[in-house]
This record gives sequence, structure tokens and C-alpha cells, in this order.
Amino acid sequence: MTVTTRSWRQTALRAGPWWLYGAAWLLAPLFFPSSFSLGLLSQIGIGIIVCLSYNILLGQGGMLSFGHAVYSGAGAYLAIHTLRLLADGWPVPVVLVPLAGGLAAVLLALVLGWVSTRKAGMPFAMITLGIGELVWAIALMAPSVFGGEVGISADRDARPALGSWTLGPALHLYALVAVYTLACTGLMYGFTRTPLGRLLNAARDNPQRLGFLGFDPRMVRYLAFSIAGGFAGVSGALTALQVEVVGADMLSSQRAGTYLLFTVLGGTSVFAGPVVGAVLMVFALAVFSAWTQAWLLYLGLGFGLVVMFMPGGIAGWFAAGGLRRAGWQLRSRPLDSLLVVLAAWMAATGWVAMVEMAYRLQLRAVMGERVDFFFWQLQAASATSWLLCGAAAVCGMFALARLLRAPAAVAPSNAAMERRT
Amino acid sequence: MTAVPAGQADGAFALRLRGVCKNYGKTAVIRDLDLSVARGSSLAIIGPNGAGKSTVFDLISGRSKPDAGAIWLHDQRIDGRPTHTIHRLGLSRSFQVSQLFTRLSVIDNLRCAVLWRMGYRYMFWRALSGLRDVNQRATQLMEQIALTPQRDTLAQALTYAEQRALEFGITIAGGADVILLDEPTAGMGRGETQRFIELIRCLTRGKTVLTVEHDMDVVFELADTVAVLVQGELIALDSPQAVRADPRVQQAYLGAAALPPSAGGHGVC
Amino acid sequence: MSMLNGVSYGLLLFMLSAGLTLIYSMMGVLNFAHTSFYMLGAYVGYSLGQWFGFWFALVLAPLLVGLLGAGFERFALRQVHRQGHVAELLITFGLSYVVLELVQLVWGRSALDYQVPAELQGPLFVLHGVAFPLYRAFMMLVAVGMFAALWWVLARTRIGWVIRAALSQPHMVEVLGHDLPRVQMLVFGGGCALAGLAGVIGGNTHVTEPGMALSIGALVFVVVVVGGVGSLLGAFLASLAIGILQTLAVGVDMSMLALLQSLGVPLPADRATGGLLALRLSQLAPVLPYAVMVVMLIVRPQGILGARQS
Repeated sequence: MTVTTRSWRQTALRAGPWWLYGAAWLLAPLFFPSSFSLGLLSQIGIGIIVCLSYNILLGQGGMLSFGHAVYSGAGAYLAIHTLRLLADGWPVPVVLVPLAGGLAAVLLALVLGWVSTRKAGMPFAMITLGIGELVWAIALMAPSVFGGEVGISADRDARPALGSWTLGPALHLYALVAVYTLACTGLMYGFTRTPLGRLLNAARDNPQRLGFLGFDPRMVRYLAFSIAGGFAGVSGALTALQVEVVGADMLSSQRAGTYLLFTVLGGTSVFAGPVVGAVLMVFALAVFSAWTQAWLLYLGLGFGLVVMFMPGGIAGWFAAGGLRRAGWQLRSRPLDSLLVVLAAWMAATGWVAMVEMAYRLQLRAVMGERVDFFFWQLQAASATSWLLCGAAAVCGMFALARLLRAPAAVAPSNAAMERRT
Repeated sequence: MTAVPAGQADGAFALRLRGVCKNYGKTAVIRDLDLSVARGSSLAIIGPNGAGKSTVFDLISGRSKPDAGAIWLHDQRIDGRPTHTIHRLGLSRSFQVSQLFTRLSVIDNLRCAVLWRMGYRYMFWRALSGLRDVNQRATQLMEQIALTPQRDTLAQALTYAEQRALEFGITIAGGADVILLDEPTAGMGRGETQRFIELIRCLTRGKTVLTVEHDMDVVFELADTVAVLVQGELIALDSPQAVRADPRVQQAYLGAAALPPSAGGHGVC
Repeated sequence: MSMLNGVSYGLLLFMLSAGLTLIYSMMGVLNFAHTSFYMLGAYVGYSLGQWFGFWFALVLAPLLVGLLGAGFERFALRQVHRQGHVAELLITFGLSYVVLELVQLVWGRSALDYQVPAELQGPLFVLHGVAFPLYRAFMMLVAVGMFAALWWVLARTRIGWVIRAALSQPHMVEVLGHDLPRVQMLVFGGGCALAGLAGVIGGNTHVTEPGMALSIGALVFVVVVVGGVGSLLGAFLASLAIGILQTLAVGVDMSMLALLQSLGVPLPADRATGGLLALRLSQLAPVLPYAVMVVMLIVRPQGILGARQS
């Protein structure tokens, strides 16, 4: 029996992305030192933890949950209450609060997960939505614990966290978040390589067959559900530390929907997919939403397009050689590709401009009628602007339809491309 | 019809069915089935389409529950118990349509199949690649079913024959001593069938094997005893030669016409 | 009286869960945007009612919504069919975002003043000084009529037979020569039209606002789970049960503590239970359907009439 050994070089190469990842977290504050950017980076780290935990369910286990916010919310609430205890004089190590949040979430997941994982597939999705709504409704009913809509607030720098350092400055919080993000990423990656991780994949691919191999697929799902919930709790606790106020919206199904949306957008078929998703999530919520009123519409449409044409998400598309195929297409038929790009650009610009104008029409009393659209100025109420954009949209779509109907070169498989190069 | 091969005491039976009935809606698919399979023997179940052969496997393996009757595995009642429990008691089955873990590699498929037997439960604190015994057994199996070159290929990317081999590999990986094979050579050509028969014979040595088959050559090569199932009832249980010559069996398959006397005829599919 | 109100609410829930169940049973797709079509029905019905009158809207709005649904099935849902059910659910999830935004874009972000039409206002009858609105009776009538029409189509017409066959054996139906994609498009569009109809008649008694899809969405899922996924009759029973339960609970102004005590349940001091039992049943009402679902999952996971999975 042959045993494959890996050379040191191979091991170092495989660990390469991890070194980069660690370095990125270490060096980021040097490039983005302002407290606003550090806040964004912390949000990204928190998002990475929760999206990775969500992907344990969705990508690895094939379990679509609409109630994941319950567990991040549990972690958040535990954290905020712990902070209040801290202010009252209890000797609680602040740096361990996220850990406690994770533990609380695991316990909750063990209880609620028992009921949630009774069924799989679509019924499971419905059940998680129902339980999410249940928890949220209960939270609204007990304002002393959950703070109602207003929320519970606390200070993260009431006490020193480590030595004489407090968590007050954005940099210190970032450091904490970075450590937890790196640790959680490593742990969750490790999970994919454990027996349970493989069994989870097996339960996704063929739960019945797994039963015939001696394992109860329900038990596999239950354990994975609890583990994923635990990591979500860590992320929730870090959120509580960052924003210092936790309200019932942390448990809402909108939030759960956000986790779903960006995890899928980033990619469920590759481990790094949710990392991409988390970056997109923070970008969309913090930056993109400030650029345009219509960001949710674009998000929904973009999400739909990704689901239709990029089944593995954005990261999955890259991992499956999407960039190479696109490059091949560009090189083999440059003129056609250019025309397609131009037509698509024209159509997209026309449509986006019309959407922006439509949104502005709603708010013209407050914001005026002028829409600054990249290099042009459009008037939301003027027929000329609308005609122009409409024409661009329609012409672009016509051109696109004609170009795409022409017999396109079939992109070769990756293997064929490899043989050429 | 009570079917007990002569000279066997009760304790030597690996599998026993008594009075098993199964209805789908108003249709009786299995009627009052009695069957005993001796330890270490090889039984082939044949019969025209719709006879209920796969249903029998479903009932034994726990995929469905009998409406009446009892099933024993090594003197333990298994009817109505969940599939994973039955497997843990030492029974494993393969499927006519390969049931693989499509997005896992060949080696991962085998490793999952081996885990329970090796004593590993739902473990999440050690890496799978670090479990030496699991990897050894899985690699050994992989070599036996001749899939070593496809070690890291995803199951869905294998050819049909390779998938059937993997299907078989997963079935026997757990070391169960009662094996149910549902049309293992379905869809294979002559040469492949021969090779597969060799593989089955080699890897199920000493085990109790039940096979559902249509191919008479396979039946002749593998089975000591043949059970003939027609419309849910057992109409014959004897050695392959005796069954072939049995006029009732011939009638069930072909109406009044007799089976051709030469060896090498395929069963009616 | 509360019973009747509960029944009318339950029938509204059934109109929604019936369409969802049909689509799920035939195509395996859980249409997350189902209540978005409900919302569309209310908004489109409102606008059409403004221009052409309520009765015209009652007929045309569901048709329009159904057309939109069929179009979505044809151009988007079908593309992801080969990727499996999860992808199909995801695309309906995306649709729910898009519909929400478009509705807000066209009709604004605040609640619409969608009124009951003048000819249907007022009480149907008065019992013990409490009036039962005529409109609610109308709603019940429409719901029952819809149910009857649905039953008739499925049981008595040829297309209904094809649909029922496709519910259990879609591939066989295709092999027999029926245009399965068209049947699926029809069923999806039909389900959405039912949701739209529910929106037209429900939107004026229940609030018509952008959040309406989300607020009733989870409830519809609960109804489907409790009734047994895939069973129309189960959905009917569960809708009625939950509708009545919730309406009755909202009307009870007793605290949980008092209620349990009156039932003879021995309880520790109120302080020990963290004050939750001091809540009135009416405040707990939103939670009840979900609690019912949890209990159902523990006791009988397949729901009232669902099929037990082997």
C-alpha cells in the first residue's frame, strides 16, 4: 500500500492562502487606519464568521435556514448583558465574551435544533422561519430582557480588557475581532475535514444512503446545526461589542435573509465563498446603500442573476475557471466580445438611469429633480431624460439579443483549454 | 410456502422472514412470505418484473415497513426498525440505481462507508485524514474495486461501470456479514459482468449474500440457492438447476413455453 | 362572533396556503415570493379599483398577477430548475426582494388607503350588539367559491387530471405527451393568481403596506407545516385552526397566569416565572401559531395530514 507523502514545499504552498489571509488581517490597519475603516473591517470580520457558519448549513449540509439570526442574536444578547454585569462590577474578562456568546448560542441551538432538524429540505426551511419568528415575537414581549425595539445598550470599555488596555478604541476592538475571525475561520475549515464534516456532505448528497451506512442523517444535521449556531453566536457577541446596543432586530428574519443572500452571492460551493460574501455584505450595507436609493433592487436582481448563471456564487465562478473561460472568449472572438460588452453596458446604463430617476421622482420634494448619474446630469421629471435613457436601454437590449443569437463559439472545457496552453 | 433447506438448525440462519406482507394501497405486493437464509450461503432471488423483489429488499433493509409478519437478522427482530439501526446490526445493501455521494470523491465515499464499523461516531475533533485505520481500509477497498486512479474524482464524474463498482464498494465497506445486492450487474456488458462477478465472489467470501438478478449466468455463478418470486409469492426455492427445470417457474416466466435448455440464456427482463 | 372572524381569517390564510401547497406539490418549489404576489394583488387591485371599480379589479388583478407569475416561471424559475430545489427557492427569495422594491417604487413606502367598496360596507347581521361585517362574509364567500372552483378544476376537468397526474409522476406525464413545462407554468401562474386574489379581497381589511408580505409570509409557512406539507385538505384544516386560534386569543384579555389558574394548574409565585405569565393572552397571540408549529413538530412531525416519510 502506497502512502503519499507531501513535501515541505507542497505543504507551504497549500498553506499559502492562509498566510495571505493572516497577513491581510495583520497589516490592514496600516493601510486603513481611520476609525471608520477599522469599523468596516471589524464588520467584515464579524460577517465572515457568520457567513462561514451559515455555509456549514447551506453549502456543506444542503440545509437552507431562514432562522440563523436567532443564534447570532443569542450571542449578541448574552454579550450585551455580560457587559452590563461588567459595569456593575463583576469580574468578567471582556475578551472571553464572544466565547461565552458562542456557548450560549450552542446551547440554544441544541434545544431549538432538536425541533428544527426533525425534517430536512424544504420543510426544514419553513420550520426555521417559523422558529425565527417565534423567538423574535417572544423577544418583543419581554422588553426587560430584550429591550424591545429600542434595545439594550452597554459600554465595552467600562473595564480594561487586557492589562490596562480597554476595548474602547476602534483599533483594539479590531484586534479582538481579527483574532476571533482568524480562529473561527481556521476552526470552521478544520471542521470541513473532520468525519462529521464529510458525513454532513454525505447527508447533503444522499441522506438515505447515509442511513444505510449506519449513520442517522438527522443526528448529523442536528450536530452540524448546533455547531453552526455556536459560531453565529460568536459573531453576534462581537457585533454587540462593536455597536454596544442590541435590539430585537438582531433576531429578525430580515437579518437571517441577509446572511442567506450574501452567502449565496459569495458562493456556497467553495470554502472561501462566504468570505467574499461577507465583504460584499459590508460593502453593500455600508457603502453601496449610500450611493443609490435603489440598492436593494439591484441587490435582488444581482442575486437572481447569480443564482441563475453562477450556481457556485462569485467565488465558485472563479474557482471553476470562469475567468479563464471569459478570457478565452475575449481572445478568440475579440470584436464580437467587445460589441457584446458595449451593448450590455448601454442597456444596463439606460436601465439603471431610469431606475435612479424613478426613485428620485419619489423623493423629489426633498432632494430635487437633478440626478447626478456618473458623468451626466439627468432630470427626473423631464421627458427628454427618460427618452434618452429608454432609447439606450432598448437599443442596448436589441443589440445584445442580436449578437447573442449569432452562433457563439462554444467555450471549451477546462481540460481542452489546458491542452492548448 | 415454508422454505427451510434440509439439515439446518434455527440458530444457523442469518436472515429469516415469516409471514411478511406488504401492501401499497390496495395492491398486495408481498403476500405471506416465508424465507430463511442460512449463514454463509448465497441466495439469488429471481422473478418476472413486478414480482416484488426489490420490495423484499426494502423490507429487509428497513427502507419500508412490512404490514404483517416478522423479519429476523441473526435472531434479532429488525422489521420496522430504521435503516441505520439495521445496518449497525450487520446488514448492508446495494441499489439497482447507484446511490452514491455525488459530490464527494471516491475515497471520501469509501471513508464514510467505513467509519461506523471502525468505531468512529459523529466525530468533529480530529481530521479524517488522520484516522489511519479508516484510510487504510478505504484505500484497500479502493484497490480491490480497481478505482485507485479515480481516487479524487467526484462520484458524479465516474463512468457507469465505475459507479457500480463504487456502489458495491460502499456496500461491503462496513464489513457487514449479510449483504443484499440489488441487480449488481444491471446495465453491464458481457466482459464487465464477468469481472464484476469475480469481484463479488472474491469480496463476499464467507458472508451471507442475497442477490436480486435477472441475468441467469450471474445466478448460476454466484448462488447456491435460488428463490423464485412471482406476484409477491415464493413459488420455488431450490438449487439453480432444479429451479430452471421446474415447470411452474417456466410457466411463470414464459407462459406455457419452456425455457431453452442451453446454458447462457438470459432471464426475461 | 370571534369564531366567524377567525373563520374568515382562516379562509384567507387558506387561499394563500392552497396556492403554495399546489406549487410545492407539483414542482417541489417552495415559492418564497408567494406572499409577494399576495401583496401585488392588493396593490394592483387597489389601483385598478381606483380606475375601474372594485368588481373589475376583483377579476382583472388576479389575472394580471397570475400572468406575472407565469412569466417569472417561464423566464427565471425554469432556468434554475436543473440546479435543484434549493436554487429554485433561492430565486423566489430574490424575487421577493425585487417585488418589494418595485412595489415601493410605484406605490410608495407608506400604507395605502385601500377601502372596502361602498356597496360591501356595513354589517351583515348584528348579534348581541356586535356587528359581523358584510365584507367579511363576502371574503368567506369568495374563499369558499375559490376552493370549490379549484376542486372542480382538479377533479372534473381534463387539465385537472393532467395536473393531478403531474403532481405525483411528472416524468410519466411528460412521456405520455403532455407539455409538462406548460402545465407547470399554468400551475405556478394559477397559484400566484390565487395569492393575488387573496390580496385583492384581503388588502382592504388587513393593512395594505409594503411589510404585508413578510408579516403574513411566515404564518403561511406555519400553516403548511402544521397541515402537512403537500396536503390541500391539511392546509385547509390548519388554516382554519390557526385563524380561529389567533382571533380568539387576541380577544382574550386575561393574563396567562389567571387563565392557567382558572384551569386549575398549580403554579409557583409569579416572580419565579419572570413575569412572562403576567402577559395577557392577547399579547401572546402573535406567538401562538409558531408555538403550535413547534408542538406539532414534536408530537407529529408530518403534520395533520402529511405523508410520513420513510
